[in-house]
Amino acid sequence: MTAQQPAERWSSWQAMDSGRLLLLAAAGMLTVAAIAHTATVHIGPAAVHVAVAFGILIALGELLRLALPGGREAAPIATAGAMAYALLLYVKQLPGPQLPAQVSALQVIAVAAIGMTIGALPHMAAGRSVGVTGMASRLVAVSCVAFIFRPLTGIHLIVTQWWLAASVMTVLLVFGCLVDAVIGALIRADDLGARFGVALLDEMRVQWPLAAAVGASAMIIAFATEVMGITGLAVFVAPLLVTQLAFRRYAGIRSTYLQTVRALARVTEVGGYVESGHSHRVSVLAVAVGRELGMSEPDLLDLEYAALMHDIGQLSLRDPIPGGATVLVSRGDQQRIAELGADVIAKAGVLDRVAELVRCQNLPARGSEPGPPVGSRIIRAANAFDDLVGGSTDRDRGTAALERLRLDTSMEYDAAVIEALSEVAARRRPSRL
Amino acid sequence: MGKVSRAAWLYIAAVVVAAVALIASAQFGAQGARWWVELGVLQLLFLICDSTPTPLASRQSAWSPSSSATLAAVVLLGPAGAAMVGAISVFSLRRPLIVAERLFNGAMYAVSGYAAGRMFVALNGGVGRPLPHVFPVIIWPFAAAAAVHVITNHGLLWGALRLTRKDSGLRDRSRLESSLTLLLASDLGYAVLGLLIAALWTVVGAFAAVLVLVPLFVARWAMGQFAEQQRAYAATMEALCQAVETKDFYTRGHSERVSRGSGMIAREIGMRPDRADAISYAGMLHDVGKLGVPTKVLQKTGALTEEEYAAIQLHPMRGLEIVREIGFLDEALTGIMHHHERIDGKGYPMGLAADEIPEFARVIAVADAFDSMTSNRSYRQARGIDEAVKELRKGSGSQFDPTLVEAFIAALEREGWKLPEPAAAPLDHQTVTAQDHDDPTAPLRVVESL
Repeated sequence: MTAQQPAERWSSWQAMDSGRLLLLAAAGMLTVAAIAHTATVHIGPAAVHVAVAFGILIALGELLRLALPGGREAAPIATAGAMAYALLLYVKQLPGPQLPAQVSALQVIAVAAIGMTIGALPHMAAGRSVGVTGMASRLVAVSCVAFIFRPLTGIHLIVTQWWLAASVMTVLLVFGCLVDAVIGALIRADDLGARFGVALLDEMRVQWPLAAAVGASAMIIAFATEVMGITGLAVFVAPLLVTQLAFRRYAGIRSTYLQTVRALARVTEVGGYVESGHSHRVSVLAVAVGRELGMSEPDLLDLEYAALMHDIGQLSLRDPIPGGATVLVSRGDQQRIAELGADVIAKAGVLDRVAELVRCQNLPARGSEPGPPVGSRIIRAANAFDDLVGGSTDRDRGTAALERLRLDTSMEYDAAVIEALSEVAARRRPSRL
Repeated sequence: MGKVSRAAWLYIAAVVVAAVALIASAQFGAQGARWWVELGVLQLLFLICDSTPTPLASRQSAWSPSSSATLAAVVLLGPAGAAMVGAISVFSLRRPLIVAERLFNGAMYAVSGYAAGRMFVALNGGVGRPLPHVFPVIIWPFAAAAAVHVITNHGLLWGALRLTRKDSGLRDRSRLESSLTLLLASDLGYAVLGLLIAALWTVVGAFAAVLVLVPLFVARWAMGQFAEQQRAYAATMEALCQAVETKDFYTRGHSERVSRGSGMIAREIGMRPDRADAISYAGMLHDVGKLGVPTKVLQKTGALTEEEYAAIQLHPMRGLEIVREIGFLDEALTGIMHHHERIDGKGYPMGLAADEIPEFARVIAVADAFDSMTSNRSYRQARGIDEAVKELRKGSGSQFDPTLVEAFIAALEREGWKLPEPAAAPLDHQTVTAQDHDDPTAPLRVVESL
């Protein structure tokens, strides 16, 4: 495993899609241009202090990254700090009077880029992922805001009327969040094979509460710096720190939840009811098919839970089915297992939709109206496919299994699901697993 | 607050009278012509914060930054304004408080707001919107005012609790002490937020309140999601564990009761809340590995062969194998792995002794054995609680950790124990345990090899 790592890394670099490369190139060019420009212009010592203070805040924020549901990563404090620097109007000198903040857009980008890079270094040292894509996406969003807002600071009305400034800032912050969401959705659509529209909605659903907090904090920082100066920067992020703490706990319990269901779904394997790795393979396959069919993230999570636990009803069986292949036992028994499993899941009281998916996993796609939910059809197809193919990645075997399933699409399996399944199966690389 | 003593009534009345007198004697005008707008917005901010606390680290500690509205009023409006902002907590929407509690809360916040304001003025903190030139000097009078606010507030509250709650024994006090750091940290947070609101007011007026509320509301939303997920998580785990138990008729509900028992011990010995949560989960999952033991071994009535005994001894490791990938505290994993170790070193799987056994495992072992003894088995009826306690004491020091046994018995006396439903006779097709590996009074019999 470890010996293969360099080769794997190389191949993942090669496999890097054009979208991500484009993003990194854009961010890289912005950074180089910004630093080159900033190095050539003269900046007063007071402005240097401001720049350094914001750089430190951004670096700290990048250090305190936050894992969000769905394997996302955010750096709320870094984003708020960079956005605030882009939106700065005045800076109170300590000691001294209030002076207009003379910051060019390129200087904002330079400070943000340097701060982010420094903040990412400890992650690199600790062997965690550097998260270059996320950093690039944040930098591009900040650049968009900076390029629009910095020239506006020359307008007299904006500098003197706080409500006008606040309105413009709000609009720009929303715009910046949208840019970030679009980039994130593009990358995820590329990575996971999701549809862009669905990915964008998912991205916005996950991000908007945090984005609201980040936006408000950016304005807090920008305005408070006018009165209190930059020494209090750490103080200005206090409300955001509370938010981040709360989100950390939320994201933590969500991932523990998923891990627990994944682990406990394996009890059927340890008990000898099911072939080893079956539940995991079915869930991976089912989620990929669901994504191919354009399902949203909450639906995919339900689907994953249902697929992981689809065989849990076998625990109530007296004797394990040979090999656990439910496709080989009578329809009546299959239905009984599904019902038992659904009852177990329904007992939790919070997973009713998952229980419904498990209950309907054996119903034929046609023959009844309105028929089983899409998730159940997907699990049925993925389960049958895995029962026939198992852990093997042999293409011929996969093709043969798909042929057999296709023959049954008139009644048993959903034709659209089988087509999506063959798409997913064709994409699977034989070297994996 | 069931029965309130006379002294308590007098105390409450005194605080209320003081608050009314302070507010009545106050003078307004120095704060500018539109002081009432500021007062109204700050009172609204206080009410919103007070009515929607953000639960933070654990169930007991919630963050409701209403005090920061009072502290902002200290700067913006001075002592009288701060008192009036605090007094608004009479109308708090938080919970159905009785009138006396409402009055006391309002008076308490009013008095502490006034005291803080006096301190601020005494140290030459200028009342009104803080202009840029007052920074950073203003921080010192403000810090002193915040300190006075904290001391007055907690002092008055402590007095009230002292007079109304007579039975607050040792446990409450130790809990209070453990959350003291948390309390101080949150007070510091309130103070910081108060100054921030006052400073922002200079630039954006009442919009400052909106800006500060947004991140706090998002935090509250996230904590709500967290609590919901946590409930869902516990329920799901319980359902799955029940599914595992359906394999065996007699051990139904065992996991859940061991989880409860472990939690009782954990609280009794004053474990941190997050560790207590983790041990409850570990107790729930401690026997998951039994699924890996062939059913015919679990059902066997006679003495076990060495191989069969070895298969049973393997179940903690099997359990560990299943739950290893869950992002628990590592301690929960060690608890599951070692829950059949004995203090005298004769347990399995590793034969650890005394302090070598992780604390979680020692806790689970006690709850595990107790529930096994107080449940019906195919070969005997359930023992009564007293008898089971006697058995625990007998094994104390050899099989169980004596301090934990005593802690469990103490917790039993206070909280009681919900015995399992007396199991009806199993149906024909249900599998039953012939020998319970958890039962300390009937050790597994192994065929002596010659």
